[in-house]
Amino acid sequence: MFLINCPFCGEREQSEFKAGGEAHIVRPKQPTELSDDEWAEYLFMRKNIKGVQFERWNHVHGCRKWFNMVRDTSNDQIKAVYKMGEKPPVK
Amino acid sequence: MSNNLRFKTSKFIDETYRVSFKFNNKTYFGFKGDTLASALLANGIHLVGRSFKYHRPRGIMTSGSEEPNAIIQLHDNSSRTEPNVRATEVEIYEGLVASSQNCWPSVNFDIGGINNLLSPILPAGFYYKTFMWPASFWEKYEYFIRKSAGLGKSPKVADPDIYEHKYIHCDVLVIGAGISGIMAAKMAAKNGFKTLLVDEKSYLGGSSIYDNSEFSKINNQITSSWLEKEINEISKLENLEIKTRTSVAAFHGYNFLLARENLTDHLPINQRENKVRQRLLKIRAKKVITATGSIERPLIFDNNDRPGIMLSSAIKRYIDLYGVACGENNILFTNNDTAYETAMSLIQRGIKINAIIDNREQIDSKISYEVEKNNIKIYKGYTVVDTYGYRRINKISIMKLSKDGQTVIGDKTKLNCDCLGVSGGWTPAVHLFTQSGGKLKFREEDQVFIPNVYPSDQISIGSCNGDFGLEEIIKNTLSSIKKFLDIDNSEYKTVETISGLNQSKRNIWLLPSDKSKGKSKSFVDYQNDATAKDIKLALREGFRSIEHVKRYTTTGMGTDQGKLGNMHALGIISETAGTKMGEHGTTTFRPPYTPLTFGTIVGRNVGEFFDIFRRTPIHDWHVANNAEFENVGQWKRAWYYPKDNENIHQAVQRESKAARDSAGILDASTLGKIDIQGTDASEFLNRVYTNAWSKLAIGKCRYGLMLNEDGMVYDDGVTTRLDENHYIMTTTTGGAANVLGKLEDYLQTEWPELDVYLSSVTDHFATISVCGPNSKKIVSKVIPDLDLSDEKFPHMSFKNSKIDNIKCRIMRISFTGEHSYEINIQANFGKSVWEKCMEAGKDFNITPYGTETMHLLRAEKGFIIVGQDTDATLTPIDLQMDWIVSKKKYDFIGKRSLYRSDTIREDRKQLVGLLTENPEEVLEEGAQIVADIKKSPIEMLGHVTSSYYSPNLKKSIALGVVKGGKNMLGQKLIIPMENKNINVTVADPVFLDKEGERLNAKL
Repeated sequence: MFLINCPFCGEREQSEFKAGGEAHIVRPKQPTELSDDEWAEYLFMRKNIKGVQFERWNHVHGCRKWFNMVRDTSNDQIKAVYKMGEKPPVK
Repeated sequence: MSNNLRFKTSKFIDETYRVSFKFNNKTYFGFKGDTLASALLANGIHLVGRSFKYHRPRGIMTSGSEEPNAIIQLHDNSSRTEPNVRATEVEIYEGLVASSQNCWPSVNFDIGGINNLLSPILPAGFYYKTFMWPASFWEKYEYFIRKSAGLGKSPKVADPDIYEHKYIHCDVLVIGAGISGIMAAKMAAKNGFKTLLVDEKSYLGGSSIYDNSEFSKINNQITSSWLEKEINEISKLENLEIKTRTSVAAFHGYNFLLARENLTDHLPINQRENKVRQRLLKIRAKKVITATGSIERPLIFDNNDRPGIMLSSAIKRYIDLYGVACGENNILFTNNDTAYETAMSLIQRGIKINAIIDNREQIDSKISYEVEKNNIKIYKGYTVVDTYGYRRINKISIMKLSKDGQTVIGDKTKLNCDCLGVSGGWTPAVHLFTQSGGKLKFREEDQVFIPNVYPSDQISIGSCNGDFGLEEIIKNTLSSIKKFLDIDNSEYKTVETISGLNQSKRNIWLLPSDKSKGKSKSFVDYQNDATAKDIKLALREGFRSIEHVKRYTTTGMGTDQGKLGNMHALGIISETAGTKMGEHGTTTFRPPYTPLTFGTIVGRNVGEFFDIFRRTPIHDWHVANNAEFENVGQWKRAWYYPKDNENIHQAVQRESKAARDSAGILDASTLGKIDIQGTDASEFLNRVYTNAWSKLAIGKCRYGLMLNEDGMVYDDGVTTRLDENHYIMTTTTGGAANVLGKLEDYLQTEWPELDVYLSSVTDHFATISVCGPNSKKIVSKVIPDLDLSDEKFPHMSFKNSKIDNIKCRIMRISFTGEHSYEINIQANFGKSVWEKCMEAGKDFNITPYGTETMHLLRAEKGFIIVGQDTDATLTPIDLQMDWIVSKKKYDFIGKRSLYRSDTIREDRKQLVGLLTENPEEVLEEGAQIVADIKKSPIEMLGHVTSSYYSPNLKKSIALGVVKGGKNMLGQKLIIPMENKNINVTVADPVFLDKEGERLNAKL
């Protein structure tokens, strides 16, 4: 079970958090101008990487804040956590 | 039985404290400090169980948690009964009752033993291969297979014991209190680390605590004496907490571990009252030191499973720790030096050793010379080729090994014995290390897997790290702990060791026999009766991966998880396939290390705490007024209120009629309520609901529909504008938490520029809905100051008011199609206001109604329930709710998806009303809807989502989703049931008062 360093609260048990899928997928500003294929790309297509992955997490049973995490899915090492809107601190 | 098996012994056995216990209905005696296994052995009993498949007699094999054979049923015929308990781990107490498993009628005569004679036709995969056809016979087969298999009996009544969970946070966790664990704990605690030391046994010191041999000394003291002083010292350390009888079950990522602490299992039953039996420790350690030691390997030879064949180290533990001789006529069979330590322990007490069979040609160690000096015959370069004796070993035959160890040569010699100790060297206990995600490497010299890559801040020390010699253990423990903890002072000045053992070993995974191929029965997994032959068969049949071989042969799949035989299985696979060890992988060691009881897993979450439920502030009134309850999410909601002997149908018919004829009252407190504030609150609602919100006037309410980004209906509810920048949103009961989560998600991640704040206020308010033609009169009696005229308080509006000086919010909104009011008041006044309404409504036959009636009333009006009529595959267009989707708004969540090629299909399932040909016939919810029953296969067009008998319309009504249903109005369809076909007609989903006359009637 992970020990997650919430950027707002500090280290907490994984059971306080909820995973929220791939990070840095921006909702299109003008959805109506997208073709079906372009919209489907935003709506459905997600990466499932073995290795370093950028993810969204929510401290749902804590401060309720969303934040981003860089995690290596092959060994569950958390490389970094950072606030929404911030650039990833690692590549 | 024979007293000559018990010897005067150490402090571990209290010989003044005699304990009586029952095994297989016979009474025996042991001493305090005995395990069930040591007490049985002291009584001359080896045969304790039957094997799983062949029902072969099996005896006690080990002295610890790795035991594969001596698994017994504890507390037979009591509520505490527990199957699959290892006799080697049970500490005996006065009155203990235990019995053998997997045998009938008795362990000495077991009818299932016939399987042993049939074994040539019961190879690996026998069950898979045989019982697959004819398929229809499986039910018959299963009955007999289940009866003949199965280990032990589960309890049939509630567990009387108490269990609990506890969190522990520490700097350093040390697992295993053997010599290296004790040293590590002392170094950590003395250097200021908050340390926890756990060990599965009842005593500290591991196997070194009874090492009284002259052949292993530390600082010129006998190992056990040196260790005792160490234990004495650490037990006084402030920084160190020590937990015995505590077995680490799981080692998860980020140094999170689960351990089971046994608190009362060693006490007589009458002393367990009101005490916690077992505790699940949830440990988060900054650093973990694994010192779990190693498990002795058996040797794999023909008929290596007879009662009386034991691990050599177990024989040593039984004599040194418990003063119990496992046999009077012993033979040891080994490929390394450790068996000679056992020999010395036996020699010291004058117990007879007939011979030692050693695979090695050359043996060169002090201890072996000492054993030889005692006139014990050592057969060097020999192997056991067969054993004899049904319920107990009585003879072995041995032969000389060829140079390559692959065959046997020369003459066969028979030797008598009543106990055979085997030692195939040691396997580091790396289970916890691999559970944590650690990677192993294979060490060729002595054929062991040892820790290689650590996934977290942890280290393995001692023999679980592959250090087997005393000198190596101490030297490496000191240096690696110093480095691991980054400390200068190791707390140990010089530690000098002397050891009479050397580490040479002749490893042969499968020992040869003189029998023709396929005739020998060499057990690799004792508990599951998997033999070397089975593994070879699996390889011949094309299995390669160890995970596949394991499942096919069931090797390593018993309750012992193959702690003894897994290495041999790997060895035999690699030898047979001609590949390197580890190339086919090692099997995955999964938690728990030893089985956990369900009690420990659930802890205090039993009975009413198993799944906690939420009560509304009016709950007690519902209980007092005979309500039946329904679970909605975590809530207990009043379902209906039966009067006299009414059944659910009768009660609901009465309630529904009363609500439309006069007045009904509903506890709607469970609806989710989200307080929304901020200067952009209107804009926010515009984006999350399908309809427009910017123009909603203060004091007005509006129904809203919320979609997912894929265009499917997610939730609905009424939102009220309380002020310029202040709204209160209601959600469905079950959806409240998810809706709040979703809104927060968009607010924080997509639209952080919006000035909006959300807060859940579900629990803050009690919500009472009063509906029906007389609702206005009732509410005006409860709140006389409030002007309820249609002009001042029209439908879909809100007023702040007071009841007895307590502020409340009144909404005129309706989920039933009747004139109705919703009173929201601070939760703790909910019940009194409810009672006030009941009192005010007395003259109007005010009728409390539950969720079932609420569902019926709304179905009459064709109002959907999200989650009942929808299932995340329906758009608002599919629900015929086009009216609520704004065409003008540029964007809202899910808008773009409403005109994807898939969502604009004409033949999507759409919500329709259904009327049965026979108005008395009520459809079953979930029933399938078809058009043509002559066609095969019959095409399913949809299903019934809601169905009721309406007392107000005096006919059956239903809602359902049907492919292309929108254009099928008036069309006849069929609901095929088990014994009849029901004819229905597609109808408008609004069955009652489509024009809203009831809602707008002047009252």
